[in-house]
Parts: sequence; structure tokens; C-alpha cells
Amino acid sequence: MSKKHIVRVTDVTKDFDLGKIVVKVLKGINLKIETGKYVSIMGPSGSGKSTLFNMIGGLDKPTQGKVFIDEVDIAQLDAYELAWLRCRKIGYIFQTFNLIPVMTALENVTLPMTFGGTPNEAAIERGMKLLSQVGLEGRHSHKPSELSGGQQQRVAVARALANNPSIILADEPTGNLDLSTGEEIINLLKQLSMEQGTTVISATHDFKMLNVSDQVIWIRDGRVEKIQERDELEIHTGGMSS
Amino acid sequence: MTRLIVLPWKKSVEIAYKSIRARFFRSLVTTFTLVLAVSFLAFSQVSIDIADAMLVTGDTTLCQMLMRCGYDIMPGDTSLAASPKQRWIVTLSLLVCVVGIINAQLMSVTERFREIGTMKCLGALDRFIVRIFVLEAVMEGFAGSFVGALLGSFTAFLVALLRFGTDTINLLPWQAISVSTLTAIVTGIGLSLLGVLYPAVMAAHMQPVEAMRVEQ
Repeated sequence: MSKKHIVRVTDVTKDFDLGKIVVKVLKGINLKIETGKYVSIMGPSGSGKSTLFNMIGGLDKPTQGKVFIDEVDIAQLDAYELAWLRCRKIGYIFQTFNLIPVMTALENVTLPMTFGGTPNEAAIERGMKLLSQVGLEGRHSHKPSELSGGQQQRVAVARALANNPSIILADEPTGNLDLSTGEEIINLLKQLSMEQGTTVISATHDFKMLNVSDQVIWIRDGRVEKIQERDELEIHTGGMSS
Repeated sequence: MTRLIVLPWKKSVEIAYKSIRARFFRSLVTTFTLVLAVSFLAFSQVSIDIADAMLVTGDTTLCQMLMRCGYDIMPGDTSLAASPKQRWIVTLSLLVCVVGIINAQLMSVTERFREIGTMKCLGALDRFIVRIFVLEAVMEGFAGSFVGALLGSFTAFLVALLRFGTDTINLLPWQAISVSTLTAIVTGIGLSLLGVLYPAVMAAHMQPVEAMRVEQ
């Protein structure tokens, strides 16, 4: 059975030139991520998972190697196509939420739709629907500063979903949240990925993520250490928790 | 499928207006720099306009009054140009104003690195970022220049009244004064744009990752 790969990473390396020394952060990564899966990229701090995440999201360019999204090499895209990709294909969720502070929750959610050319009324209608979907009914006119961390992350999830992206990229989405709020966000992401068939890729070192992941990619020292499918994983985590 | 990213003008204006309101005090400082510089420009221009109008009448008492107030009048002069020194001071004040604006706008851009990075992650093009900053500058520029030009012209008018007496009211060259005021406003908006250009382009060219990496 041939499965469709939404993200393909081939021989990606990334060096950061710090003037005197060159730091090799990624040392040749090969990955294939199937459509509709919930994938976690796990690894200790400094292992390169955030860098890898930025490569997959088209936020940074690899030093060598290629990143394909939907079988399109993103290095070949011009500024307009890259903006289009970020707007329509990928939804980003960040550790620090990154909502626009001067805009209300609803405006934050509708902004990607505005960029995508959705008419104002339709965008507002969809924005309200998304906000209620993430459990924030009646909070649409609140500014980010008037919302708690968990609520801000919910707005960020709604914003990531605005244009029905095929991929949701979450960089440590629970990093700034307490245990139970983090769990709520994880469950929300899982539920959305199951209902809408969206591929969720999250870089994390939060072990709560393992329970919902279909696949876990372990990164260590700039290389893929191992890739575990869900069935192998449950024995592993079961062993750990008992 | 058209792969087009858009930001309607109405939305850009809305975002720019909100950003100004959110950082009202900072915007006020930027605007105030402009108010001072533009009012100085308007003041010196309108003063010359008024003196010109007095000279044109050919009245000897008026001419003597002008000379007593420090204007150099040669016999046969029909108009008074600003002295080189005066022009230098005006130019210098405008230069200082531009530097002040660049400084304030750079601060504003730095403060908003993360916001800019986020917008780019959501699909904003470089020119949307430039556009938002330029719109903010135009709004601040217009407000500051308008207030400054009115303030400068009004002061020039008051000074003329004090120096030359109430008779000057009948002599006021309204047309020249309005031209000078308008020129001052346009110059002010120009300065504001000049000040924002470098910070805005710098902000727009930033890679999203760099913008996100900035600690706040």
C-alpha cells in the first residue's frame, strides 16, 4: 500500500555560522511523514528539534538537502508562493503563543483568512465557529492580555486552523502551560487531527504527547535516533509509567 | 487556484490605527518631534510672508518698523528672503527631527519583532509589513504636521501683532500664509515617511525565524 507523504525531508543539514565556529545543528535528517498522522518530534534541548521544525515549516532554509511539502520542494518557491504556503497549507502553533497583542481574539483568528482573501463576513463567521470549537465562546472580543495562557494557546490553535491547513506545526505547544492545561491543548489537537484528517507535527519534550502520537521521531544530536510507531510505543511508555 | 495573498487597504489602515492606539504614548512622542519641527518651519515661513506683505505696501513707517525688528532691507527690495542663517537653523531642526523619528520608529520596530515574525508566519508578504509601518507614519505625520503648522502660523501671527500693532491684520497675505502652511504640512509628512522607511524595510526583510528568536 503506498501512502501519501505530506512532508518529506531528505539529507537535511543545517549549520549556524557563529563567526569563529560553525555549529552543525542538523547532521543529515531523512524523514517521511504520512498524511493525517499525529507525529511528535522528541528530543532533549539542543538536539535540533526546533531547527528541524523551522525547516519543515519553511521558516528557515536548510544548508543542504531538501524539504518537500506535498511533493513540492520549498527551496524552489518564490516569496509569494512561500507566503501562500505559510498562509494556506501550514498552521503554526508556538510555545509562546505569539498572538498579535493589539488585536482581539477574533481578529487574531481572522487575520490568516484576510491574508488568504476570505471576505470579511465569512471570515468573522468562521472565526466565531473556530473559537467556539476550541471552547472560547463569548471571549472573541478579548485581547490576548485579558486571556490566560491556556486560553491564549486555544486562540492560537483556532488561528492555526483558520485556513484549513493540511499540516499543523506545533513547537512545544505545552511548554508554557501547566500540566492540565497542556493536556487539554494536546487533546484538542488530537481531536482536530482525527476529525479533520489534519497532519499534526509537534516538536516537544513533553511526555504527555506520547499517548496521543501515532508516530514519535526521536532526535538526538542532530540525527534521527529512532522512529517509533504507536504500537511499539505503548509497551514502552507502559513500561515507564508502571 | 490562484496563489495570491492579499491585505485590503481598509484592513491595513485598521491595523495601523490600532497599533498607534496601542502605543499611544510612544506615537505621541514621535508626533511631538514633528510638531516642533514643523511649527518652527511654519513660523519662519509665515513670518517672512507677513514681513513681505508689509514691505510691498511701500509704507516708510512699516519699513522702519521691520528694520528695527532686525530685517535687513536694502532700498528697492520688494521681497524678503530668509537669511542663510535662518535657513540653516530650519534645515538643522528638520534634520534633527528626522533622526528623532528614525530613532523612535526603530524602537517601535524592535519592540514588534515577534509580532512581525508572527504575521510573516501567517503568510504576510514583506510589503504588507512596510505598508502598515508607512501608514502609521503617514497618520502620525499628518496629525503632527497639521498641529505643528497651525501652531507655527498662529505664533507667527501673534508675534506680528505684538511687534507691528493691530494694523497688520488688514495687511495679512492670506494666500501666501496658506501656501506656507500647506508646504509645512507636506514637508512634515515627507519627513515622517523618510524617518520610517529604513526601519520598515529592515523589519520587512527579516526572516520569520530571526524575528521569533528575539526574547521579549
